[in-house]
Amino acid sequence: MNLSEYKDVYVFAEQRDGKVQNVALELLGKARELADATGEKVVAMLLGYGVKGEAQGLIAAGADRVLVVDDESLKSYLTEPYAEAITQIIREQKPNILLIGATTIGRDLGPRLSARNVTGLTADATMLEVSDDEAHEFRMTRPAFGGNLMATILCKDHRPQMSTVRPGVMQKLEPDTNRKGEVVDYHIDFDKAKISRIKILKEVKEDRGTVDIAAAKVLVAGGRGVSGIVDKLQPLAQALGGEVACSRALSDAGLMDHDRQVGQTGKTVRPDLYLACGISGAIQHLAGMEESDMIIAINKDKTAPIFKVADLGIVGDATKIVPLLTERLRSMGK
Amino acid sequence: MKIVVCIKQVPDTTEVKINPVTGTLIREGVPSIMNPDDKGGLEYALQLKDQYGAHVTVITMGLPQAEAVLREALAMGADRAILLTDRKLGGADTLATSSALAGALRTMEYDLIITGRQAIDGDTAQVGPQIADMLDLPQITYVESLQYDPAYQSLTVRKHTEDGYQMLQVQTPCLLTALASAVQPRYMSVRGIMTAYDKEVEVWGADRIDVPEDRIGKVGSPTSVFKAFPKELKAAGETVECTPEEAVELIISKLKEKHLI
Repeated sequence: MNLSEYKDVYVFAEQRDGKVQNVALELLGKARELADATGEKVVAMLLGYGVKGEAQGLIAAGADRVLVVDDESLKSYLTEPYAEAITQIIREQKPNILLIGATTIGRDLGPRLSARNVTGLTADATMLEVSDDEAHEFRMTRPAFGGNLMATILCKDHRPQMSTVRPGVMQKLEPDTNRKGEVVDYHIDFDKAKISRIKILKEVKEDRGTVDIAAAKVLVAGGRGVSGIVDKLQPLAQALGGEVACSRALSDAGLMDHDRQVGQTGKTVRPDLYLACGISGAIQHLAGMEESDMIIAINKDKTAPIFKVADLGIVGDATKIVPLLTERLRSMGK
Repeated sequence: MKIVVCIKQVPDTTEVKINPVTGTLIREGVPSIMNPDDKGGLEYALQLKDQYGAHVTVITMGLPQAEAVLREALAMGADRAILLTDRKLGGADTLATSSALAGALRTMEYDLIITGRQAIDGDTAQVGPQIADMLDLPQITYVESLQYDPAYQSLTVRKHTEDGYQMLQVQTPCLLTALASAVQPRYMSVRGIMTAYDKEVEVWGADRIDVPEDRIGKVGSPTSVFKAFPKELKAAGETVECTPEEAVELIISKLKEKHLI
């Protein structure tokens, strides 16, 4: 493998129902930063059916080129047609770096690509950077041992260097509609027999009453210490214009939906305000929220690890403070 | 119907603690368990055994002590257990791990391979799809339930997605990755525990599997760890002990200061 033939930072622009996902825009923001550091280009791969209209949005988010693969077999995500299309792009275009969102789609696709192209894949990186020297070594850092340690991973002799990144970890750029870029129609030769090995019988969108807590500006999060007053969290979140979230203790106890769980086995969030009520702050939880702009923590135990990341820590009883705070905010007309 | 379930022995990461002084992991006394998603996958296989008389083989790659999870699987009802262990397999990243397991699977008969979605010690969710690709099998990940149709030798599978689910149909042979949260694994039966120790756990070395040596172990791993370090937490702000009423005022003033209200 001649490593110098491999160039540019590629992003898998995940779309669902024809709509580009936020995580793709976040990856483009990071890709732009990496490419500017190495003098390379940012290339977005947009796969789907009737999705070309989304290409300009990808350029505004940081892409220099958008490769559009428009084919009926790509309408809904299925492993094989997506893996075939990207593998053909990898073989023809030779990307240096390839970033994929760590969604259910990205986590299905990424490892399939790494096996087919015999290259490494770092899962759920939280930090991506290139070294300052001429080598521009690509360093991918991820939590290991359930978030207890961080490990920096290299993929020295294989290309592309691939990583998945969870939604909410990187930050997208302000869309710049004046940015210029190139949109290229890309033709793929699919293996018809192979792509028909799995058939979609039915696709069901379930309203699980879910909200995307990763998109919320304000989160009121509850832990074991408020398990008796879980119903009091929503009114407080409402008064602050936010959503409720929880630690693993509450979702394991069935008191809150898993979709609202923050942390290593839940979601990664970085809201403007994270109000942690009765959460002790296991390292697995901190891993999912410590990047929040402001953290206010309320806990009875003054040695609780949550205080180590809090901008304001209140040693007190959250079950008393939560309703009082709600009332106070309401009296202010919130 | 022949099923192979890939399982892994993992440290119970919810029990891992950090030494607050040195910032290093305290590994002593951390119990080892069968990875929860793998156990869910084994349960699906055992249900197919109950319904259709499927033959269930479990395989794990690891150190000799990983035999414990194979014994547990036998006690739950698996028919055959294979321990893939060899110094040559050490230091493997996910791709080299998948290569070794795929190498073992190439020498076996199967209609269905089941792995867990991901292991709790790595959370990578890569090994299942990588094995599927190496064996040129269709894959369905995030499986919540499945039904086998013996007449067509096909499976109808419910796959979890972010905003709902898909019902998918796949022809065997294929590979599925299972979600622990969707199934309740059975307990080991008393009879199972009694007979688990009568059954042989086959021990396979690298010479027994069908894979080039440069694809396994450290040499076969495209990724390497450049450095590992304890996580730095951001500097703490102030922590105050006060009455609930004072707490409310403190929080309000902080929110005002940051223009959040």
